[in-house]
Amino acid sequence: MSDTVNASPLARTIARIPWGFAARRLIAAIPTMLAIVTIAFFMMRAAPGNPYSTERRLTPEVEANLKASLGLDKPLFQQYLDYVGNVVQGDLGPSMRNKDKTVSELIGDGLPVSLTIGAFSITIAIFAGVGLGMVAAVRQNSPTDYSVMGLAMLGISIPTFVTGPMLSLIFGVWLGWVAAGGLDLGRMTFETLILPIITLALPQIAIISRLTRASMIEVLRSNYIRTARARGLPERKILLRHAAPAAILPVVSYLGPATVGIVTGSVVVERVFGLPGVGQSFIDGALTRDYPRVMGVVILYGGLIILFNLIADILYALLDPKVRYE
Amino acid sequence: MRPIFHRLWSVLLAGLILAACGGPSNRDAPPESQLRRGIGTSPDSLDPHQAEGTWANDVIGDMFIGLFTENEKSEPIPGVAESWTVSDDGLVWTFKLKPWEWSDGVPLTADDFVFSFRRLLDPKTTGAVYASLQYGIKNAREVNGGELPPEALGVRAIDPQTLEITLTAPAPYLPGLLKHYTAFAVPKHVVETVGEKWTDPANIVVNGPYKLVEWRTGDFIRSVVNERFPGAADLCFKELVYYPRSDHDAMVRLAQTGDIDMNNSFPTGQLAEVERKLPGWPRISPMMATTYIVANTKRAPFDDTRVRKALAMAMDREFVTDVILKGGQIPSYNFVPAGMNGYPETARFTWADMPRDQRLAEARALLEQAGYGPSRPLEFEFIHRSTGDNPRIAPALQDSWATIADWVRPQIRQVETQVLYNQLQQKDYEIADTGWVADYNDAYNFLYLLDSRTGPMNYGDYSNPAYDALLDQANNELDLTKRAALLKQAEQLILDDAAVMPLLNRVTQMLVNPDITGYADNPEDIHRAWFMCRKPKAPAQ
Repeated sequence: MSDTVNASPLARTIARIPWGFAARRLIAAIPTMLAIVTIAFFMMRAAPGNPYSTERRLTPEVEANLKASLGLDKPLFQQYLDYVGNVVQGDLGPSMRNKDKTVSELIGDGLPVSLTIGAFSITIAIFAGVGLGMVAAVRQNSPTDYSVMGLAMLGISIPTFVTGPMLSLIFGVWLGWVAAGGLDLGRMTFETLILPIITLALPQIAIISRLTRASMIEVLRSNYIRTARARGLPERKILLRHAAPAAILPVVSYLGPATVGIVTGSVVVERVFGLPGVGQSFIDGALTRDYPRVMGVVILYGGLIILFNLIADILYALLDPKVRYE
Repeated sequence: MRPIFHRLWSVLLAGLILAACGGPSNRDAPPESQLRRGIGTSPDSLDPHQAEGTWANDVIGDMFIGLFTENEKSEPIPGVAESWTVSDDGLVWTFKLKPWEWSDGVPLTADDFVFSFRRLLDPKTTGAVYASLQYGIKNAREVNGGELPPEALGVRAIDPQTLEITLTAPAPYLPGLLKHYTAFAVPKHVVETVGEKWTDPANIVVNGPYKLVEWRTGDFIRSVVNERFPGAADLCFKELVYYPRSDHDAMVRLAQTGDIDMNNSFPTGQLAEVERKLPGWPRISPMMATTYIVANTKRAPFDDTRVRKALAMAMDREFVTDVILKGGQIPSYNFVPAGMNGYPETARFTWADMPRDQRLAEARALLEQAGYGPSRPLEFEFIHRSTGDNPRIAPALQDSWATIADWVRPQIRQVETQVLYNQLQQKDYEIADTGWVADYNDAYNFLYLLDSRTGPMNYGDYSNPAYDALLDQANNELDLTKRAALLKQAEQLILDDAAVMPLLNRVTQMLVNPDITGYADNPEDIHRAWFMCRKPKAPAQ
């Protein structure tokens, strides 16, 4: 191991990533994804109605041709096998309702928006949540603590479909500082995205700050902090250098569930702000029984959640020397 | 551990700074030459043959033009047709075409129209939802059903500038049908070479005033002036942006901030509130649309005319329109909305002017005659659509019916809208709410729904040979006054039979910036952008 002694910090970090664990988890993700696809496929088909049940009725000949062209005339299980086969080859199929586009195109159109909102929301949530949680912990049982935790409770209990329109009304319509909704002709700008990002981040800020506070209070009572204080280290250094890294561990393990929160939250936020993201696509697809479109989004969401859970676990291993996945 | 921890922080911090610098704060008003319009729903397709819904028509109708088109009041005016003659029996229409070019400079000929009609009706053209609208053309039904080849269709090019359309029956409303998007010309030379992807912004070729340049799904559709359109230089708006968004509250906020000029709807039941926020914006006018209750005439208890009639009489229509909806809707005692072309006077329920107390008493008497009473209560399930105002209307109707007698016990159940239509088409229901928006401005478009040969769309499975015969007679009548009388007679028949129970006539619920001119209320609720302009701004004081 002598060659790693002088290696750069980056190389040392890479060496510490539990590659075997990551590989095993990725392999284990395959049956998970298959289960997700299977359940979603049959649930979607079990829902009453079909892509063509509207006020107007197709003539039987046209409907038969249409069904044949989309493979809907085959037995359900055959359709399922065909679908899984195509997905494995990376083909999410055509959209049944949006006749001019394929599912990959539809998701591709929405993904940049959803990813941007999601990435910024989670970043802000971590920063603001950890910061507020630490302040609350340091000033435990002070008015600051109570107000931060009170706000956090509000953040957790008010749903995004209430905060979204409220923020839009106040900052978009009344104050006119930022856009009340939508993008600027397809361009993502600060003023079009700031409100959706904040709306999406608020509940996560609330949860993360509560997690951080609890964990920080515990760490601050531990022996090594007491030792640091006894040795006369400056309080700032104790908090940031010694207490914070330990206190942040529960936040790291919360990253997986936080991703789920952001993904499901974005479905609501995109609708409220009229943003052309994947979440909107999901709702439209579900309402019009556009099976391939819904399946495509389910696969994307499932994959993202699995991926972020894995990343969280690896980060955890890197941050906490006690954790070993071997 | 520490370096990693610090790196994590710096990456996150960099992200945050990026977020803060994501774009310049720029709350400038949109350009004056741009019309920004909310259309409610994302179009399924911009191919006139595949499209469905008024929201798709809003976009497509600014890009394509058929033999006829419409003025700002949505009345048919000649489009590509320059002049036309009609044979004495009213069956053969011969059109002379104007010299016209596609947006790529290729001349538009009668052959493009022949190609377009064949493509619409060819069953291999998957997803032509509205093809049946053109069944008035000779052999159209057979071609669409796969019994005859597309070449058998009664549309032919006599020469590049002359088109002949043969009908199965005289249709005085043909110009109104030929301005529908199913009758638009599509560019044969592009569709044949590019195939299904011909409506991509990169491929599309149009013959109307605007041409698609960008379509971001779920976000916006953008069109610009087609310079080859006759009169392109006079168009006020150089660019059109359509927003397919269904959150009407959000659209009201965008109207307040000046981000949109028009929206196809506003939150129902909030007329006063919207008028306060956006003075002069709401535009309400009668529409060719009826919301009605339909009962399964083949299933007890509604196979008994007396039961249907009793329920129709008991419905408190005024309470629904004036107390619940408050959006200008008109209580309806007729199936065909008033004011349709060539239909000067609609039929009417015979008891329409009876006071409600008396109606309730009559309804009770009818039900008692039908054998219902305290020992044999009338129990049924009313299903209603989950969208729009319907969930608010259903309990009012339930109450209306329950008022007849305490042994009338309606249950209500909300059903997802698509599922409800599926149940109606399969006749798997007792009584339900539904509605019809006319495809073209003629009473027949409402009345054909109850023709026993209409099939799945005849939701109530109503069959009355006398009714079918009246419709046939009207369809072969060339005299418009006599035709109207026959149709009215037919409508009276279904009202007397309570085969449908009209509830209300719908109204348009548009939001239009009062600075936009060239917008006119019309019963078809079709508003083409090429008539519209923006009033010049008053000089600052």
